[in-house]
Amino acid sequence: MDLSFLVLQSLSGFASASSLFVIASGLTLVFGVTRIVNFAHGSFYMLGAYLAVTIVPRLLDLSYSPWTFFLGVLLAALLVGLIGVAVEMLLLRRIYRVPELFQLLATFGVVLIVEDVVLKIWGPVDIAGPRAPSLRHGVEILGQRFPAYELVLIGVGPLVLALLWLVMHRTRFGVLIRAATQDREMVGALGVNQARLFTLTLFLGASLAGLGGALQIPRIPANSHMDLSIITDAFVVTVVGGMGSVPGAFLAALLIGQLQAFGILILPKVTLVLVFALMAVVLVVKPWGLLGRPDSGSGRVVLPEGILTLRRFRPPEAALALLAVAALLAVPLLGDPYTTKVATEILIFALAAFSLQFLVGVGGLVSFGHAAYFGLGAYAAGLLVTGPLKAPMELALLAAPLVAGAGAALFGFFIVRLSGIYLAMLTLAFAQIVYAIGFQWVEVTGGDNGVVGVWPSAWASGRTVYFYLVAALTLSGIVLLRRVIYAPFGYTLRAARDSATRAGAIGLDVRTHRWLGFTLAGAAAGLAGGLYAFQKGSIDPTLAAIPLSIDFLVMVLVGGIQTVMGPLLGAAFFHTLKDVVMPLTEFWRLLLGLAIIATVLVFPRGLAGAADTLRGRARAPATAAASA
Amino acid sequence: MPVSLPSRRTVVAGLAAAPLALSGTAGRAQGAPIRIGELNSYGRMAAFAGPYRNAMMLAQDEINQAGGIKALGGRPLEIIFRDDGSTPGDAVRVAEELLTRENVVFLCGTFLSNVGLAVADFANQRKVLFLATEPLTDALTMGSGNRYTFRVRPNTYMQTKMLVEAVKARGVKRWAIVAPNYEYGQSAAANFKRLMAAAVPGFEVVGEQFPALGKVDAGATVGALAQAKPDGLFNVLFGADLTAFVREGNTRGLFEKRTVASLLTGEPEYMIPLGDETPEGWVTTGYPWEQIEAPRHKAFVAAYRARFKDTPRLGSLLGYVVVQMIRDLLETAKSTDTEALIAALEGLQSDTIAGPVTMRALDHQSTLGAWVGETALDGRKGTMVKYTYEDGAKYLHPEAEVKAARRG
Amino acid sequence: MTLLVVDRLNKRFGGVFAARDVSFTLAAGEMLAIIGPNGAGKSTTFNMVGGQLKPDSGSITLDGQAITGRPARAVWRCGVGRTFQVAQTFVSMSVAENVQMALVSRHGESRRLFADTRRLHREAALALLAEVGMRAEADRPVSELAYGDVKRVELAVALASQPKLLLMDEPTAGMAPRERGGLMTLTARLARERGIGVLYTEHDMEAVFGHADRVMVLVRGEIIAAGSPDHVRGDARVRQVYLGEAGTAAALKARRKAVA
Repeated sequence: MDLSFLVLQSLSGFASASSLFVIASGLTLVFGVTRIVNFAHGSFYMLGAYLAVTIVPRLLDLSYSPWTFFLGVLLAALLVGLIGVAVEMLLLRRIYRVPELFQLLATFGVVLIVEDVVLKIWGPVDIAGPRAPSLRHGVEILGQRFPAYELVLIGVGPLVLALLWLVMHRTRFGVLIRAATQDREMVGALGVNQARLFTLTLFLGASLAGLGGALQIPRIPANSHMDLSIITDAFVVTVVGGMGSVPGAFLAALLIGQLQAFGILILPKVTLVLVFALMAVVLVVKPWGLLGRPDSGSGRVVLPEGILTLRRFRPPEAALALLAVAALLAVPLLGDPYTTKVATEILIFALAAFSLQFLVGVGGLVSFGHAAYFGLGAYAAGLLVTGPLKAPMELALLAAPLVAGAGAALFGFFIVRLSGIYLAMLTLAFAQIVYAIGFQWVEVTGGDNGVVGVWPSAWASGRTVYFYLVAALTLSGIVLLRRVIYAPFGYTLRAARDSATRAGAIGLDVRTHRWLGFTLAGAAAGLAGGLYAFQKGSIDPTLAAIPLSIDFLVMVLVGGIQTVMGPLLGAAFFHTLKDVVMPLTEFWRLLLGLAIIATVLVFPRGLAGAADTLRGRARAPATAAASA
Repeated sequence: MPVSLPSRRTVVAGLAAAPLALSGTAGRAQGAPIRIGELNSYGRMAAFAGPYRNAMMLAQDEINQAGGIKALGGRPLEIIFRDDGSTPGDAVRVAEELLTRENVVFLCGTFLSNVGLAVADFANQRKVLFLATEPLTDALTMGSGNRYTFRVRPNTYMQTKMLVEAVKARGVKRWAIVAPNYEYGQSAAANFKRLMAAAVPGFEVVGEQFPALGKVDAGATVGALAQAKPDGLFNVLFGADLTAFVREGNTRGLFEKRTVASLLTGEPEYMIPLGDETPEGWVTTGYPWEQIEAPRHKAFVAAYRARFKDTPRLGSLLGYVVVQMIRDLLETAKSTDTEALIAALEGLQSDTIAGPVTMRALDHQSTLGAWVGETALDGRKGTMVKYTYEDGAKYLHPEAEVKAARRG
Repeated sequence: MTLLVVDRLNKRFGGVFAARDVSFTLAAGEMLAIIGPNGAGKSTTFNMVGGQLKPDSGSITLDGQAITGRPARAVWRCGVGRTFQVAQTFVSMSVAENVQMALVSRHGESRRLFADTRRLHREAALALLAEVGMRAEADRPVSELAYGDVKRVELAVALASQPKLLLMDEPTAGMAPRERGGLMTLTARLARERGIGVLYTEHDMEAVFGHADRVMVLVRGEIIAAGSPDHVRGDARVRQVYLGEAGTAAALKARRKAVA
């Protein structure tokens, strides 16, 4: 490799890094101030590109010059900023008081909606933007051509960094952003108009995402897959840099840009997993990212987001639960074959969601990558029956939780060392590594095509029999996990969540206990995954992919993170909704997104939480009357 | 094609009302419709699947107006469209719903390879016919092939072989490969290496790049490819990745004085977004719809444009061809029984707007071909020149390979 | 009998000494108060003894066992119970459950998978709560309690492990004046009856001079005076640096009351 090549490759890396930084800086700012994990940031990026390919050509028709080009880009960015303001005022503002995870859920709803709205407005065909006037050509560098536009991009990153630095240090707004990033409550206590601060931050953050998207139009066409293709990378950059740290994001973007530019020379197939492997390594070594700081709020006593009161069933509730189980078991007798099939899937997802609730609601360990263990279970089961062993289903279903549990133990060992958003991101990184292994290890896993022929043993192959098999296993799994929640093991997990300091001071081994809890939840998810493989007859990497992890999280949140049984309700609700909505229209993502947002707004504590509130209200007048 | 008044009304009334509008008119289809379950990625892959569905509806309505399926007493066709959710898990559930709730006679469709394979295996398990229309993966008709699954589009192997045949005479030996990092890309790359090694003495691969699907880092990828100093470039990228790659490559001069063989680039789905950046002289598979002179094809284009106010894509051609094949299948089988359908479909010869198509009994792969030619710029749009229609029959997997792969 | 020996503990944060050559001993049944201005290193010293912080150098010996730098749960195993400056409880649990958790831990049952936690050691927990006067609140969520009551629960939790040494970081902060005396009297009685050594910090002079057997004054990480309450109160440097005139008067009043 000659020098000129190394220089050019490095310049390519800088150009990518610069683009990535512009986007990630917005994400990190929004997180720093609002503590919202904004999934919709990728949607803002996509909107920036679509608006730019709409606006810029019109401007260029008026006057063909680089100035009009960049004017159009800025205009698109500002418009996206306004969309960000609308999202903040119409949606996020209404839910600042609900648990932070629900805000994440709401932004996920926004992602689904924007995806379909973009399809509706701009159509499904990719739209290539115009190239920047006077920057179409290549510049000769060391005897090789390098795109002039990318030289400009290389400059944009540091420019944005400098401007942000000025804003942060020379304006009152910037000082407030920094203060809020360091100590959110303090800013509230200082009597700052928090709503306006948040609105402005969302404006700035969304504008940066929009700018990032708009700047890409000479390089990549506006397309409806842009949002998801950027959001994970943007998250990786912010986390590696340290959430809330703009310079950290810059550093991380540089690192990732160069790693990508040179990594593909050594291992061309490393593209899927490179950034996640980097994130995993950084987080294991530096638990708060490169320039991040431990959350200052950690000393404060705050109510955890999760199960708060561990209630037992009252007699009428127990009767209701029994009735629900009985009704469920009667499905194959009363419903049509398809209902049985859907009910089987609901049971499987219910176990998966419940195992996630065990982590999130009980242990306070928010996992963005729970599908990894679902997928490990599915792969273990699927490969055992189809591989050289040709093992029977029974053995495969035994292996599924064991393998998933082993995987959870391995990853959990590192994961439980972290906390909060960093922990969540490490779960995501490991999940992506599992996904990439499934994807890339073609000889064993069949790659992204997966493996087919994963069907149950003959005795269980009937739809009804398989339903009862699934019912028996998932319901036992759920009942056992529920017992664990009420047992010292679950109490200890919750104790560690409530106050790790107190738990340590009464002799509880917090880290080991979390690790065991993580392993147990992983094993339960693995059982669900194994059952799912036999239900579908095939395995493939989507079973360990991010969308499924998000689905599980949605089930838990929609059902109610503060209740023990809520996630079961959430699984049933979410899967039924998807099943009902999908045949209606190809714009089912839009409907799903709207349903999620409606749920967040109407039932900010989830469906089961809402039921609790109702009961509370019903009881309150009764006691008032009694005391009167 | 003359458009009669009632048919225009049918169009306006839309798909749902079609059977109503059709009933009671002489020469029109009658009786209970034959329901066919079509599942595809209408949401996520709308650029392909939308035109595909449009053409299917067009063909369906034409058949029904012409009297339905005559061998079955003039029963009309009714295609039930469903989104497959773009994941195997969702797709299998949707397939089940189509079978049990909608009582469809058989399944067709799917776009993504993993979805196609999962539905194929499901069809095998449930013993129903599955006509996989779009997935390209060789496995569908080779290693993972089964008795109930048939595929319409020319698979990865066939399309790659068409390109190899087209470029081998140039004698270019030093090749670099760029392909998206998933099964389609990898299997295209593997096929290319195998076929070129056999066709061109001294063939060598001097560089390979596998960017993640939808996330190509075009600058770094182009840089790495140029560094390998190849004389030929085999490209498997498509969609947004392709546009990004082409722009970067154009600016950096990657394609200058190099032979480029590129899969699918000539398809309107991918050519339209390239616009005035369409590179010239790439050898590619595609669909130059505006230049195909066969009268039936011209009629199809006219009807399609009149009804949908849009130009046809490859998806449109495929959708129309598929429905023509379905018509011939039902006319031949004279039954909707799965076994009768399979018997009829194996070896079925169909005369389509793309030309004659046979469903090879050996591996259930149709002989639908593709147009192979060179890309060129026509004003600000891309187009294909020097193209020929390559009949798929010449490019099918060798019989011995099929037998070895499908033995399991 | 000497229970705790702390020998030349040092801890620095950045360049600042939070503790510098801190040495002291504590006997079983003795009440030792650490006082000093904010940021003097009281909590740092506490956290080093309790295992929440690792000292840079120095040693801590409890009942003949070296516990220097060991994690909190190991320190707990050696017989150290503690309360925190900002009360640390399991806020999603009831008062009784908080104490039960300590008992579950003491009996090594924290990994039991299927037992019903609410029934485990409930009687013992209620007895402990009765000792600190919180028996009536046993089934209330701990998150609903007044802050002073939370502190009592913390004491019950700390006592649940039958500690040899009790660390109490500002045990009466947030309590009404009358409650404070009650809690300190209770603590002192328990310490003497059970031979528990108590190390505590306080800002409330009455709690310090009224109940401590010995008082130690920490300023900028260094011990500037130590001895009986009378001795410390009379120390000129302590007056100058910490107590001031008003503080000395309060200390005097407290001592008189205690003696009377």
